[in-house]
Amino acid sequence: MKVLKIIAIILLLTFVGIQFIPTTLNQSDIVPSTDLMETYNVPEHVEVIFKTSCYDCHSNNTIYPWYNKIQPVSWFMEGHIKEAKAELNFNEFGSYSERRQKSKFKSILSQVKDGEMPLASYTWMHREAKLSENEKKALEDWINKMLENL
Amino acid sequence: MKKFKTALGMVAIAITLLTVMSCKDTKKSDEHMEMDQDGMNHDGDENMEMDQNGMQNGEMKNQDQKTTKATAVLNSYLEIKNALVADNSEVAATAGKTLFKDLAKFDQSSIAGAQKQKVINIIKDAREHAGHISGNSGKLKHQREHFEILSNDVKDLIAITGTDRVLYKTFCPMYNEGKGGIWLSETKVIKNPYFGSKMPKCGVVQEEIK
Repeated sequence: MKVLKIIAIILLLTFVGIQFIPTTLNQSDIVPSTDLMETYNVPEHVEVIFKTSCYDCHSNNTIYPWYNKIQPVSWFMEGHIKEAKAELNFNEFGSYSERRQKSKFKSILSQVKDGEMPLASYTWMHREAKLSENEKKALEDWINKMLENL
Repeated sequence: MKKFKTALGMVAIAITLLTVMSCKDTKKSDEHMEMDQDGMNHDGDENMEMDQNGMQNGEMKNQDQKTTKATAVLNSYLEIKNALVADNSEVAATAGKTLFKDLAKFDQSSIAGAQKQKVINIIKDAREHAGHISGNSGKLKHQREHFEILSNDVKDLIAITGTDRVLYKTFCPMYNEGKGGIWLSETKVIKNPYFGSKMPKCGVVQEEIK
């Protein structure tokens, strides 16, 4: 009984303790000139889709949910966003080579079509980020148009 | 009182442990990152050294400029292709890993002018696709999506560097919901990497590349 109590105390303390470990937030007010919206003429309804469903992980500015203040959630998110940005950062899209832009557009298309993106673990808490059939189509149409010209 | 003391002791131990552990963790990830960077630098260094040696040791390089270049890349590319023909996701992933390394080692030093930047862009893009193919064992569909873009990269690469073997640019009009997709094959016989055993014969040779 005593052992159990001690274990419980240690666990509790660990949980409290890790709350003090700092994480770096992915936040920035600056929208660089290489941003997708600055690089191309993106119609407003498509821009909204990108911003609501993609930018939290694929840009330098995340709108965090309240539970990001709790460890180990923020650890998980920090790693996840870092990985996502390395793969594709819409803030830097204009700096990509034409070839890479084309590749990214193609991959976005297939990921969205296959329902792989936005991630289910993300839309589970962010219902508004889930793409409706209409939104999917708007996104696909715009990207297809871009691909024809690239 | 004794109980209180033990509890206090435990608290102290827990906090110390925690601090030590968390410090270790951050250090580790830093080290890891440094190592990654070092790894990349080393690759570059080695390549550069090798170039210098090559240049010092004779003109072999200049002579064979067109043919030696893409050999390793083509080997691993065709390995991926054949694995996809056989619907073998694991083998495709392993070959993707090899291709990733081959692309990193690819020597673009003798390519000059405007072509150089183009080759750098191709290599960079192709590495991403090789990475996805190697990292998605078990997801044939995803591997094939990246293989399609990769095929265009490799095609553009050998247009600049030349090829050490005869290749056939083959087109499957049905892939990607009728948008179609090309691949490079070492044989004229159609073996479709996009549909595998579902539609092995779909495709038409568009070009013979020598």
